[in-house]
Amino acid sequence: MASDKIIKSRFFFEDEVEEKLAEVPTEEPDSWQADEKLAKVGKPYSRIDGYDKVSGTARYAFDMHLPNMAQAKTLRCPLAHARIKGIDTRKAEKLSGVLAVLTHRNTPEIKWYGTSFLFDTHLRYEGDEVACVIAETESIAEQAIKLINVDYEELDHVVDAKEAMQDSAPKLYDSGNIRNGEPGTYSRGEVEKGFAQADTVIEDTYRTQIAIHNPTEVHCSVVNWDGDRLTVWDSTQGIFRVRDGVANSLNIPLNSVRVIKKYMGGGFGSKLEAGKYTVMAALAAKQIGRPVRITLDRKEMNLAVGNRPDSVQTLKGGVKKDGTLTALFHHSYGAIGAHPSNAQCSWPLKSMYKCDNVKVEEYSVYINAGRARPFRAPGHVQGFFALESLLDDLAEKINMDPLEFRLKNYADKDQVYNIPYTSKVLREAYQKGADAIGWQNRSEKPGSGRGPVKRGIGMSSQIWWGGGGPPAYATLKLNRDGTLRVIAGTQDIGTGTYTFMAQVAAEALELPMEKVEVILGDTAVAPYCGASGGSTTAPSVSPAVRNAAENMKAKLISGAAAHLEVPESQLTYQKGMVNHKTNTDKSIAIDQLVREMGEQVMVSIGKRGANPEGYMINTFGAQFADVQVDTETGKIRVNKIVAAHDIGRVLNVKTLENQMHGGVIQGLSFALMEERVIDRYTGKVVTFNMHDYKMPTIMDMPDIEMFIVSGGDPKISSTGVKGVGEPAMIPTPAAIANAVYNAIGVRIKQLPMTPDKVLNALYR
Amino acid sequence: MHTIINKKQITLSDPMLDKNLLEFIRENLDLTGTKNGCGIGMCGSCMVLVDDKPVQACRKTVRHIVGKKLLTIEGMALADGNLHPLQQAFVDAGAIQCGFCTPGMVLAAHALLLKNNQPSRDQIRKAIHNNLCRCTGYQQIVDAIEQAAHYYRSQRNTSMHTHKIQHTVADSTSQ
Repeated sequence: MASDKIIKSRFFFEDEVEEKLAEVPTEEPDSWQADEKLAKVGKPYSRIDGYDKVSGTARYAFDMHLPNMAQAKTLRCPLAHARIKGIDTRKAEKLSGVLAVLTHRNTPEIKWYGTSFLFDTHLRYEGDEVACVIAETESIAEQAIKLINVDYEELDHVVDAKEAMQDSAPKLYDSGNIRNGEPGTYSRGEVEKGFAQADTVIEDTYRTQIAIHNPTEVHCSVVNWDGDRLTVWDSTQGIFRVRDGVANSLNIPLNSVRVIKKYMGGGFGSKLEAGKYTVMAALAAKQIGRPVRITLDRKEMNLAVGNRPDSVQTLKGGVKKDGTLTALFHHSYGAIGAHPSNAQCSWPLKSMYKCDNVKVEEYSVYINAGRARPFRAPGHVQGFFALESLLDDLAEKINMDPLEFRLKNYADKDQVYNIPYTSKVLREAYQKGADAIGWQNRSEKPGSGRGPVKRGIGMSSQIWWGGGGPPAYATLKLNRDGTLRVIAGTQDIGTGTYTFMAQVAAEALELPMEKVEVILGDTAVAPYCGASGGSTTAPSVSPAVRNAAENMKAKLISGAAAHLEVPESQLTYQKGMVNHKTNTDKSIAIDQLVREMGEQVMVSIGKRGANPEGYMINTFGAQFADVQVDTETGKIRVNKIVAAHDIGRVLNVKTLENQMHGGVIQGLSFALMEERVIDRYTGKVVTFNMHDYKMPTIMDMPDIEMFIVSGGDPKISSTGVKGVGEPAMIPTPAAIANAVYNAIGVRIKQLPMTPDKVLNALYR
Repeated sequence: MHTIINKKQITLSDPMLDKNLLEFIRENLDLTGTKNGCGIGMCGSCMVLVDDKPVQACRKTVRHIVGKKLLTIEGMALADGNLHPLQQAFVDAGAIQCGFCTPGMVLAAHALLLKNNQPSRDQIRKAIHNNLCRCTGYQQIVDAIEQAAHYYRSQRNTSMHTHKIQHTVADSTSQ
């Protein structure tokens, strides 16, 4: 059987390059070709976990109930910026039913966010953790929290990135409010020369808001100690990240921590790391010798577990009369909250179109608010809104059709690293999308429609990574009755991982789907896979499953050769049978073979192969929006979105449709509704519940038409899969914004495009 | 004082009556299929049916179900343990992603289909407009409910309507 080797693996996870040593196979099965017809993969199988989810038997971390379990709640700072002068927990501790109160005074100093602590006396935002109360019930814990007396020294606060960048602003850190003290920069070519060559130059400023992930299941953990061994049931996108984070915080060995996540109610990037709440619960559980459940409420969700940073982007673009982009410039700043994060949003401008002269300068700014975290295509959603708005305005200036303009500047290779793509099927996406939306019927004169309700059509391109890479491993266990179990340390965050893993195994071993079961989300039993983010799960783990299946086949052939006393070269594997090529008497079913070999279970291990050297792996797409704008009320209605994407091979059409629709609705929501609002005078969040933080219901849904223009990408891996979760959302707000401009002839340069902004733009 | 919960009669005591209905369902009955998403009646994750009408459990106390029938997602499956055709339709139509909003969606749809087994897509939309889904995007949920309506129509004139029978029995015992 093939031997393995260790490589240094680099690929994009969210918007940053992740580098890890990884064990990869030296031999792989032939990649499934782009147009290869497969029996199981690509078919619309229903979710194999469907029963659990519709019947109510699915137990989320939120639902875990252990005997003798206590409940924990967190006291959070009510002020935007403060220092703890004193804290008195005596009254809370005396309340009947209270079991423990944790504060900075009675817990170890555990480092968090680099320079801060689990419980820091310097509180940098409304929602910063002050104390944790453990009680018999949640309501007792909540009562006890109100009995804790904290003496706060209130400090000056700043909750706006622009203000925070001023020298006179209150400082969150001694080193100042600009992260790293300087902007992130990038340049290629000579941007000034590029602008000088242009016939038309446009400069404009675009603004996007802070948005909150708000998954329906709140962040929560249930923890239990057996002596020195800790089990954590967590609502998380990364079981191994939680294991490592908790073990590090508690200074205990990695093999003492087991993290389990079977089901979770959404994450969208907010659940990619170990939470303070989990460590607080673990400390408390140890202290009281009982299991502890800790949950956040909706207000805590809106304050303290992440957000998409806002952006103020000043873009400048130069273009020749023939449509050639000569230069692009991006200057931006965005608020990352009170702890290190990242507000960069220039990747679309750097990478989407062919342009030789590019310059970027972008600031990530600390403010007194909850820390930003990756949120479904970090940087790209806000970056594309600005870039595609600018592009449409440039196209209009030179009297060129926006789609033609984009085709004119089509990038045939990666613009940042100057290397070829493994595949790019964007032209076909433009064509499909344009046909389906009726691009030819689009009014060329914006705002020219008659009557108060005006209709418009617009579009946006999309680029993202989503190629994944090693390390990712899977184990297969073949039982003596011929049924198969797939085990991997990835997690199904709702996207359908359970189902496609079964499909890939069933495909490779030619077994019926009913014979395959999948176990994910348990660090104690499963081999390592990365966190589920960056649209990397399917492209990373599906080849590992296929590799494991090929290794299983090799074992079965070897076993059959020994049993039948024929050379391995005379045997082939087909549909659960090992057959002799010429002698039909010499064949054996795999369940019989496993029994003959005296095995209860046969095990094989598979690994994700290396990505090809010298190539960029990107997903591409284009979305087209058909909107109507009521110029009397300012209300925008999205009638239809056409989403045409290159995502490599489709694993399952049904779960793909979920991902695509879900991405589009989140994009629509970001374009029109969602916004975290902070009162600048008090520094407090005013949109902290589901009434004030607006999210779309079914009444806001447009029609959605989806086209996948790609087959498999055999250069990437043996399965040829790219990710889809983030690509689905990236172009939606920009497409809607361009459609709104096409409808009313006035550009809205700030999201969300609420009726007040539309009316102000129209009548100011 | 009695209530019928998922076709079983339960005796309620006075001190229970002021307990939050969602807490009662999740903690006292350990029926964790009913979720808690927002706590203020905005998301529909805690939707249950009381006398066939959709109710957000987080906004009610136990008093609300005295002498009435409560149906949670655990009471939806058929007597033989198989999924109710409405639940099966959610699976078949791909109307699920993370699944956290699904129990509430299923029950809101069940309430609609019990009183209107031939709903238009608009009527379906209105019936679930209080149920927030953050991942799937709704279209397949409407498809699922539309598909399931066939079953409710086919059951209308037969004596096999499991739920109607159960509810009649429940009505007589709760008086």
